Amino acid sequence: MRTVAVVGTSLAGLRAIEALRREGYDGRIIAIGAEPHLPYDRPPLSKEFLAGRVDTADIVLRKQGVDDLEVDWRLGAPAAALDVGARELTQADGSRLRFDGLVLATGASPRRLANQSDLDGVFTLRTLDDARALRERLDGRPKVVVIGAGFIGAEVAATCRGRGLDVTVLEALPQPMVRGLGPELGAVIAAVHRDHGVDLRTGVQVDAIEGDVRVERVRLGDGATIDADVVVVGVGVVPETQWLEGSGLTIDNGVVCDETCLAAAGIVAAGDVARWPNALFDGQLMRLEHWTNATEQGVHAARRLLAGDDVAEPFAPVPFVWSDQYDRKIQTVGVVSADADLHVAHGSYAERQFVSLFGRAGRLIGALGFNRPRQVMQYRKLIAERASWDAALAVANV
Amino acid sequence: MRIAVDFDKCKSNALCMGVAPDIFEVRDDNFLYVLQDEPPESARSLVEEAVRVCPTQAISIVD
Repeated sequence: MRTVAVVGTSLAGLRAIEALRREGYDGRIIAIGAEPHLPYDRPPLSKEFLAGRVDTADIVLRKQGVDDLEVDWRLGAPAAALDVGARELTQADGSRLRFDGLVLATGASPRRLANQSDLDGVFTLRTLDDARALRERLDGRPKVVVIGAGFIGAEVAATCRGRGLDVTVLEALPQPMVRGLGPELGAVIAAVHRDHGVDLRTGVQVDAIEGDVRVERVRLGDGATIDADVVVVGVGVVPETQWLEGSGLTIDNGVVCDETCLAAAGIVAAGDVARWPNALFDGQLMRLEHWTNATEQGVHAARRLLAGDDVAEPFAPVPFVWSDQYDRKIQTVGVVSADADLHVAHGSYAERQFVSLFGRAGRLIGALGFNRPRQVMQYRKLIAERASWDAALAVANV
Repeated sequence: MRIAVDFDKCKSNALCMGVAPDIFEVRDDNFLYVLQDEPPESARSLVEEAVRVCPTQAISIVD
């Protein structure tokens, strides 16, 4: 291989580039990024950056710089088309390039509400530019309405409360994150928000975001209205695959790969955009939208690109997710599911310090911790070892 | 090789402990303890992985 193109210059793309060089690849690397910035870290955008405690220079990924990686950075013009047969990429500015190997790491974009308005003051939060604009607006001490009580919505709400702002969170489901976590854990998360002064309203529909030039209010399905100077929409993300339609790759809620992260000969995918069967969980198709996976899968995909088909290894991680909200650290490992067996250990819901274990078919498949990082990491290891549910309970009840 | 941890950045996610439990330990007080400040050179790739997986980029290697 003489030229590897990396499309997407956030965490997964950067980790892939680093791994290519670490593994001894000394050919050309061309990195294409939609944003004009060199790789930066996204998790602080909803936390320390939005709070005003850190600034742009603090969230640069790879503090030692990128010069040693010898990358041809082509930033600010997203990839627009891929021709798998011709091994050719086209950027939005019309420029074309040929490659021998390709890493797809284009990530995901915020989902929009069907009736989402473009009024001034309506935000989504994904990029540094989004965060800068939102942070500047928060300086004016607005009344904030957050739509969606998932990770991003919860973190934005927590940060805004930390800044002393008036925050309402609107959630369509009966409890926050109830689909993944079930009603009991959802209720714990709801209580944490309310204890910190958030006006959390669950089971509500947003009918319209209204205003003249600027947003003024959110109208709910029952006709009630909530005054708002800022609305943050956090209703999930969609994988950035539109540009790959017609490329010849299989696109189905992400770039579909084999268990080694290979999407086609010489083409691998990593991060939020990649969907692959995880051999550790009986080949369950996964697409993970989290930091740790972008790091781990970026490294794996790069190695896969360099490896021969006969020595390629499956990518079979135990997923890991963390979220800092108020003074709580919430971590999940493995697969957490509302319909799994559930056992609470190492504390209790009332203490807001515990680990919930998730089991299925006699096996430990996941764990969720509230302020229990040590134990969560122990269960991550047990899940990787395919520990039985009984073995996990024995550890939990020591 | 010497390990430096920026404890202002460390959020005790314990991923470093997952990678190198002989070097990093998050205890029940939710604080990170570095068990070996100057691990042997043979542990370098392990420590480099711990640096890479740290979600807050709190760990660095001071040569």
